[in-house]
Amino acid sequence: MSTITQTKVPEGPLAEKWSMYKASSKLVSPNNRKKLEVIVVGTGLAGASAAASLAEMGYNVKSFCFQDSARRAHSVAAQGGVNAAKNYRNDGDSVYRMFHDTIKGGDFRAREANTYRLAECSASIIDQAVAQGVPFGREYGGYLRNRSFGGVQVSRTFYARGQTGQQLLLGSYQALMRQQKAGKVQLYARHEMLDLVLIEGKARGIIARNLDTGEIERHGAHTVVLATGGFGKIYYLSTLAMGCNASAIWRAHRKGAFMANPSWTQIHPTCLPQSGEYQSKLTLMSESLRNDGRIWVPMDKDEIRAPGEVPEEERDYYLERKYPAFGNLAPRDIASRAAKEQIDLGKGVGNLKNAVYLDFARALKEYGKDVIVERYGNLFNMYLKITGIDAYKEPMKISPAAHFSMGGLWVDYELMTSIPGLFAIGEANFSDHGANRLGANSLLQACVDGYFVLPYTLQNYLADEIKTPKTETVHPAFAEAEQNVRAQLEKFLDCKGTRTADDFHKELGKELYDKCGLLRTKQGLEEAIQNIRRIRTEFAEDLIIPGRADEVNSELEKAGRVGDYMELAELMCIDALHREESCGAHFREEHQTAEGEAKRDDENFSYSAAWEWTGDSSAPVLNKEPLIFETVSPSVRSYK
Amino acid sequence: MKINLKIWRQKDKRSKGEFCDYILEEVNQDMSFLEMLDMLNNILVKKGERAVEFDHDCREGICGQCGMMINGIAHGPLKNTTTCQLHMREFKDGDTIYIEPFKATAFPIVRDLKVDRSSLDRIIASGGYISVDTGQAPEANSIPVTYHEAETAFDAAACIGCGACVASCKNSSAALFTGAKITHLARLPQGDKETAARTLTMVDQMEQEGFGHCSNTEACQVECPEDISVLTIARMNYEYNRARVLFKK
Repeated sequence: MSTITQTKVPEGPLAEKWSMYKASSKLVSPNNRKKLEVIVVGTGLAGASAAASLAEMGYNVKSFCFQDSARRAHSVAAQGGVNAAKNYRNDGDSVYRMFHDTIKGGDFRAREANTYRLAECSASIIDQAVAQGVPFGREYGGYLRNRSFGGVQVSRTFYARGQTGQQLLLGSYQALMRQQKAGKVQLYARHEMLDLVLIEGKARGIIARNLDTGEIERHGAHTVVLATGGFGKIYYLSTLAMGCNASAIWRAHRKGAFMANPSWTQIHPTCLPQSGEYQSKLTLMSESLRNDGRIWVPMDKDEIRAPGEVPEEERDYYLERKYPAFGNLAPRDIASRAAKEQIDLGKGVGNLKNAVYLDFARALKEYGKDVIVERYGNLFNMYLKITGIDAYKEPMKISPAAHFSMGGLWVDYELMTSIPGLFAIGEANFSDHGANRLGANSLLQACVDGYFVLPYTLQNYLADEIKTPKTETVHPAFAEAEQNVRAQLEKFLDCKGTRTADDFHKELGKELYDKCGLLRTKQGLEEAIQNIRRIRTEFAEDLIIPGRADEVNSELEKAGRVGDYMELAELMCIDALHREESCGAHFREEHQTAEGEAKRDDENFSYSAAWEWTGDSSAPVLNKEPLIFETVSPSVRSYK
Repeated sequence: MKINLKIWRQKDKRSKGEFCDYILEEVNQDMSFLEMLDMLNNILVKKGERAVEFDHDCREGICGQCGMMINGIAHGPLKNTTTCQLHMREFKDGDTIYIEPFKATAFPIVRDLKVDRSSLDRIIASGGYISVDTGQAPEANSIPVTYHEAETAFDAAACIGCGACVASCKNSSAALFTGAKITHLARLPQGDKETAARTLTMVDQMEQEGFGHCSNTEACQVECPEDISVLTIARMNYEYNRARVLFKK
C-alpha cells in the first residue's frame, strides 16, 4: 500500500485553481499539432466532444466506437437534463453553490478541485450546446427554461424534453462528423478496443477488433484517451445499453492504470421493475419525473386494492415523510435505499411486490394533462409501450436499478491515469462525483471533460511529445499485445462447453445485486468473492461460442466483455469489503446511524481507493489518495 | 405462447440468403421482441449453431441501432415504436413472424439482420451541423429562440437515425432522414445561416449514396418511430429550390 501524492492539483484558492492551470499550462503550436496523433476510444458525449475539439485545434484524431455509428453511444439515452450554474432563475445559484451541492451529494468523497472545476465550466456547456443547435426547452419569450433535480434546492437543470442526452450527443456527433469531413478525424465504427499498447511506459496505441470482419488491427498514436463510459452493465440487469462494457478500462487497468472506488455504483431509484427471468434490461424513467410525481407505498403490506382505490390516509409518502426538506427530490442513493427498505418490509407493489408507486394524480389535477404531456409525454409513452399501462390513469410502478459508475479509472487533475499518456474522461474515470452522483451531472461531466478540460490538459502533455515521431505499429509491443488478444479469442472459441456468455453474465449480475448492490455486509461480500471465483472458473471451462474469430460474431464479443467483468466483479467486492464505513451509494449495514442513514468514517476512510493490478485478480494492491478539504468541511449529509 | 419464426439468414454481403424456420414454444407475452430473439439465440448457441446476428444496443428506443422488417413492416406492427420497444403481447399464440433485414442499396447486409447504415453518417458529415468550433459560443441567452421555434426544431431533431424511413420507402429514399436534419437546423436562428449550402451538399450526398428519390408516398412517416413529419421533406425541397435559385457558390 502506498499514498498517492501526485494529483497535480494547482496551488492557490479553490476558485482560482483552474484559471491558474490554464494560464500556466504548456501549449503546442498549430504547426506541431498537425504532426501529433490522438486516439479517442468511445464516441459518447465525452469522446465525441473531445475528438471534435482536438481535431478543431489541429490534432489528427482517430475515433473508435463499437456501435455501428458514433451517434448511438449510450449518452444518447440520458433523459432529464444537464446542470449549469447560470442562475437564470435568480434563485440563489452560483458556481460555489453548485460545487457544494455536488460535493455534498457525493458524501464528501470527491476531490475538491475537480468538483469545483465541474461547476465552474458548467455555464459554458450550455452556450456551446445552444450554438450547436441543441433545442433546449424555452420560455415563450425565447429564453432558456430550467427545472429541478434531486439533491438541490435551485432550478439549474437545462433540458430538451426527455431526450436531453440525445440532443447533446447529436450536437457533439455532428461536430465530430464535421471534422471527419475536414479530414481531421478518422472514424472507426464497429471497432472494439481489446488492448492498450505501452512503449517505454507510455500509452502509444491500441489493438482493436473490427467487429464486421473480425480483423485484428494495430493503431498507434502519441496519446490515448479512453471515453468508454461506465460499467453498470456488470449487474446484467441495468439501465445501460446491452453493449456497454468495462473492457477498455479493464484492459488498461491490467496494463497498470489504477481503478478507483470500483464498488461505487449508483442504483437509480426510478426504473421499471423486473417482470421475469428473460429480461435483458431495466429501463430508466427520468428522475425529472420526481419534480411532479409523488412516491408512495400502501401502509398495509397486504393491500390488494388498485392504487386509485387506496385512500390518502392509507398511503405512505415515505420520502416526503422522512426527508421533508427535499421530499421526492431526495438524492438518488437515499431514494433508492428508501425504496428498498419499503420493498424489504413487504410493502412493495406489483405482481412480484418489487416496486413502489410514482403517482402523478395531484400534478394532473393541479396543472392539467396538457402540461404533464408537454413535460413528460415521451416518458409516459415509453412506459405505456413497455408495460402496457397508461400512467395518466394509474401510477407508474418503479424500482431501483444499477445505473452509473462513480468509480472508474483513477485520474489526476489533468484527467491522466497512472499510465503516462493515457487519459480517461467522462464516466470512464472516477473523478467528480464522489460516492454518489447528482442527477444531470453526468451529461455535464462528459461535456466538461471533453470540450473544456481535456483540450488544455492533453495539450500540456503533448507539448513534451512534439519531437516524438509517429508511432510505428511494427514495434514488438504491438506484436505482443496483438498476440495476446488473438490467444484470448481462440481460447473462448476452443472452450466448447455448455453455457452461453449471457448465462454467466446473469449469474454474476445476480450475485452482485444481492451482495454488492444497495446494501452490503462483510459476510455477504466475503461470500460474493468466493462465488465470483467459482463462476469465473466455470466460465473458463464451460463457455460455448460457436463460429469463428475472423467474422461477425456477437457471442464472441460478449465473451470478452463478460470475461473482464469476472475479474472486475471481484475487485468491486474487495473494494466494498475494505471500506468499513457507509458513504453515498456504498452502504455497509454494519455502519449506519440509529435512523438508518449512512455513517461515514472520515478519520479512517477519507480517501479514494486506487487499486493496482498485480497479475492476480484476487490480490490487488491498494493505493490511497487522501482527500484534502481546504474549502468545505465534511459534515453529516442531511436532506431532512 | 408458441411462435413460429422465419428469419432471413445471410452469411455476408455476397452470399445468397434464405429464410430459416425456428419454433419457440415458451414465449412470454411481456417479453420484448429482442428478448424473444435472445431466447432463440440462447437455444441455438447451446446447440453449437450460429446465433442470429442483429443490431441493438440501448433497448429503450433512442439509440436507433435496432431495426428489422417484421412481417414486412419496419420495426413491426406497432406505430411509432422501435423494434426494441415492441413486445410479444402484440402477437398471438401460434403466430408466424417473418423477420428480415432493412433492405436498400445504400444499406449493404453485414450478416443476417445486420446492415451497414454508414451512408446516413456520411449524409450528416456532408453538412448536417452548425459550423461552430468549441469555445466560440456566445452567452446562450443572447440568441433568443422562441418556444415555437425550439419545439418545431425539436420535432425534427428527434430523429434517431434508424433507417426505417429508407426501409419503408419503395424507392429506398432517405428524404425523411435528410429533411429532418435540414429542418432541425433551419428552424433555429443559429443554424439558419448555413441552410442553403447545407441543403445542397446533403441532398447531393444522399444521391451519391444511392438512395432513391422521394415520390411522396409518405410511408416513411407512418413507420418512423419518432413520427418525423413528411413536412420536413417539403422543407428540404423548398430549401433546395431556394438555394438553387438564390445561392451562388
